[in-house]
Amino acid sequence: MRRDAPKALSMGGRSALDAFIGSNGALSILVVLLGFACGTAIILAVGRDPAGMYLALLQTLTGYNAASGVWNPRYVGEWITDSMPLILCGMSMGFAARAGLFNIGAEGQYIAGLTAAQFVALYFPPIAGLHWALALIAGALAAAFGGGLVGWLRARYSVSQVVATIMLNYVAFFLSRYLTRLIPDANTYRTPFFPATAVLPHAFLDGLTNHSRLSIGIFVVLACVAAYWLVLERTKLGFELRATGLNRDAARYAGIGVDRAFTVSMAIAGAFAGVAGAIVALGSFPYGRILSGYDNYGFNGIAVALVGNSRAGGTLVAGLLFGMLSSAQPLMQSRQIPKEITWIISGLVVVFVSLRAAFGRLVEWRAKVAASKEPQSAAARSSDE
Amino acid sequence: MQSAKVPAGAQAEAPWAVEMLGIRKVFPGVVANDDVSLRVRSREIHAILGENGAGKSTLMSILFGLYTPDAGTIRLRGKEVRIRDPNDATALGIGMVHQHFKLVRNYTVSENIILGREPRNALGEVDFRGARRRVAALSDRYGLSVDPRARIDSIGVGMQQRAEILKLLYRDAEVLIFDEPTAVLAPREIDELMSILGRLRAEGKTVILITHKLREIKEAAERCTILRRGRLVGTVDVAATDESTLAEMMVGRAVEFGVAKRESAPGEIVLSIRDLDVRDARGHLCIRNLSLDVRAGEILGIAGVDGNGQTELIEAVTGLRPVERGSIFMDGGDVARWSIRERGRAGIGHIPEDRHRHGLVLGFRLDENLALRIYDRPPLLRRLFFLDFRAMAKHARDLIAEYDIRAGRGPATKAGSMSGGNQQKAVIAREIDISPRLLVVAQPTRGLDVGAIENIHRRIVAERDKGRAILLVSYELDEVLALCDRIAAISRGEIVGVVEGRGVDERVIGAMMAGRAG
Repeated sequence: MRRDAPKALSMGGRSALDAFIGSNGALSILVVLLGFACGTAIILAVGRDPAGMYLALLQTLTGYNAASGVWNPRYVGEWITDSMPLILCGMSMGFAARAGLFNIGAEGQYIAGLTAAQFVALYFPPIAGLHWALALIAGALAAAFGGGLVGWLRARYSVSQVVATIMLNYVAFFLSRYLTRLIPDANTYRTPFFPATAVLPHAFLDGLTNHSRLSIGIFVVLACVAAYWLVLERTKLGFELRATGLNRDAARYAGIGVDRAFTVSMAIAGAFAGVAGAIVALGSFPYGRILSGYDNYGFNGIAVALVGNSRAGGTLVAGLLFGMLSSAQPLMQSRQIPKEITWIISGLVVVFVSLRAAFGRLVEWRAKVAASKEPQSAAARSSDE
Repeated sequence: MQSAKVPAGAQAEAPWAVEMLGIRKVFPGVVANDDVSLRVRSREIHAILGENGAGKSTLMSILFGLYTPDAGTIRLRGKEVRIRDPNDATALGIGMVHQHFKLVRNYTVSENIILGREPRNALGEVDFRGARRRVAALSDRYGLSVDPRARIDSIGVGMQQRAEILKLLYRDAEVLIFDEPTAVLAPREIDELMSILGRLRAEGKTVILITHKLREIKEAAERCTILRRGRLVGTVDVAATDESTLAEMMVGRAVEFGVAKRESAPGEIVLSIRDLDVRDARGHLCIRNLSLDVRAGEILGIAGVDGNGQTELIEAVTGLRPVERGSIFMDGGDVARWSIRERGRAGIGHIPEDRHRHGLVLGFRLDENLALRIYDRPPLLRRLFFLDFRAMAKHARDLIAEYDIRAGRGPATKAGSMSGGNQQKAVIAREIDISPRLLVVAQPTRGLDVGAIENIHRRIVAERDKGRAILLVSYELDEVLALCDRIAAISRGEIVGVVEGRGVDERVIGAMMAGRAG
């Protein structure tokens, strides 16, 4: 069919650069490398040895201290522990994004999950094996309710979910403080200790990671990653949500309940953040906390989802990356590297990802300039391809 | 006929208003214009004819400064010029009436016209009164009868187009480019536009008319330049060339007008609309008391000017828009309050007006798009929740083969990377596949080239012959006339009349579209 020729040509004629920019995985790797390159340059600029940063990162990832030759797997456990809420909050952001919604509310949903889990931990009968599991589920449900509420408001009354989630972040934060302070014997920053049955077990992980904070929450995280993939990529619901996210008019036309899709996707997104809150509450602290500020996992989840491109595997890897950067901070400081460098690198990675569209425009613009300034170069370009 | 030959004789010395010589424009991977030359005499109406994608809009965009050419020169009245942007073009006296008007909807006509070139009084204020006077004077001189005080959103499309023309005249344009100006107009408005074009020429303006409608060229233009696939086919004297020659030059082969089809054999009533009221997005009643029947084995066409309730009628029938009052009977059962999905299952297929907005999820693969209507039940759904992607790909392969959908990577092709004709084939395949009874078709060939149009028309007629009831809406009267067994004219949300399609006089339909019962 000859009239298809120009189309086919434009597909085949994509340059390697275009293809690379078009590929999400490659782009994510590229921006991370760029971020580290800039971080290295900054360390050099302030007169420190960048090797210190890389040795600290190596120790975080493997537990091996290259300077002393000592191997301590506790660092690995701490790294993974730091990454867990980031991965979950990244999935909270990502899941909503795949359905076409921007969930700024992961922080509030995280707080809802954390608070609900703390209450179940303190008030539910201490039944071994059941107690912490119920606390986790309560956290997920509380946050799912919060997220679902936003989705429902969006669907029913066209309330902007960005505004609603930002506002609900405050509501969740202050409601959590207020309710938790009502608990008898709570002081200004903590509740009494949880019963042992409420704390996430460490089981064999203690031996494996030399008594790090790593709990069996990691298996919950992995199960969530698997569920994220399964639901989005393999089920009827996921198909509906993805169609809604890519083109809500076409989804509606095809008979998909777009309003329901908004509510469901925000509820599921909230549940992921809620599990994050519950895991932090039950895994990292022996008592309930009265929050004095945001833990910021929810907000950092936005960056995680962005770098992970809202895919299950990508978000897992991106969460581990951001977890590594925050977990490496003390090790860097001990090597005279300012810990702020990790925030600079995370920030730059996000900036570079956001510039993705700009990269694309740059390529277009260069082609345009080349075409308008020198007719020959345009001809040369097309013969190259 | 490979290059623009100047007609022999004394006219060869005639001063050219516009000369575009050896124009080349390359977009990544596509040569939009390849060594195209165009010479337009001053004070003539010059048509530019070509299929969609032939490069006529690109060529005119170059003249108007929206694109810069990769090669070639432009001369105005014999003097070489460089046109870097539309401001250059305006300064040189070139103006363009775009297909989609560039008007501020809640400004008046005169405010729109002076926007960017506001006349000031002694105090530095905008001189609205003077502006209105000047606009009114221009309107009188060119016979446009535009009210300078009318707000854009209160006047019809035809008047808006005249406001656009006035905008150019206000800026002293000598060369006026019209991009498919009749696409949005009613037949009567088209006639009026044609006389306005004549008036412009009489007043000494040069008019360039981009179109793919042969009748308009015969009616209005003196000469016509034909493009095909970005190359120049030739420039001809319109009076000396008949329509079929023009068509042949445009598509490169002889085209049959009309669609070969047998006499229809209408059966029982499939769709019966009774006393339907529908409100539009702003809450106004845009369908009033509408009743209509469509029988099995017939194509019923709705003829009308865009914006007379066609979109809302189709949305009401397919379930996208709630029904205010009345009934929609499908095989005898009232489906007026059913959901979109329930209506799909009842056998209503819908080929939507805007395939990019409604028909396809461009970011989805072809097989996912083809599954959009049936993913929620076996065989694509397994164990209540899970999709069977192998079944989805197989379903896609079946439809690809049956409907001859060309997709580079088969079921895995991204819908957004397919050509318009093949995207439409995919939508049609999916909808025919789910709709044993009724197919609702809106603007099925919008933006497609002649070959794809033929293919899609043949498919629609074939479905009719299999006994489907087909309700078709098109803003192209030619398409309605070519396809439909019965034609219902709609005006302001009411059916003005229903006539047999065979041998109908299009003037009768035109009168009905304008609201006068035939």
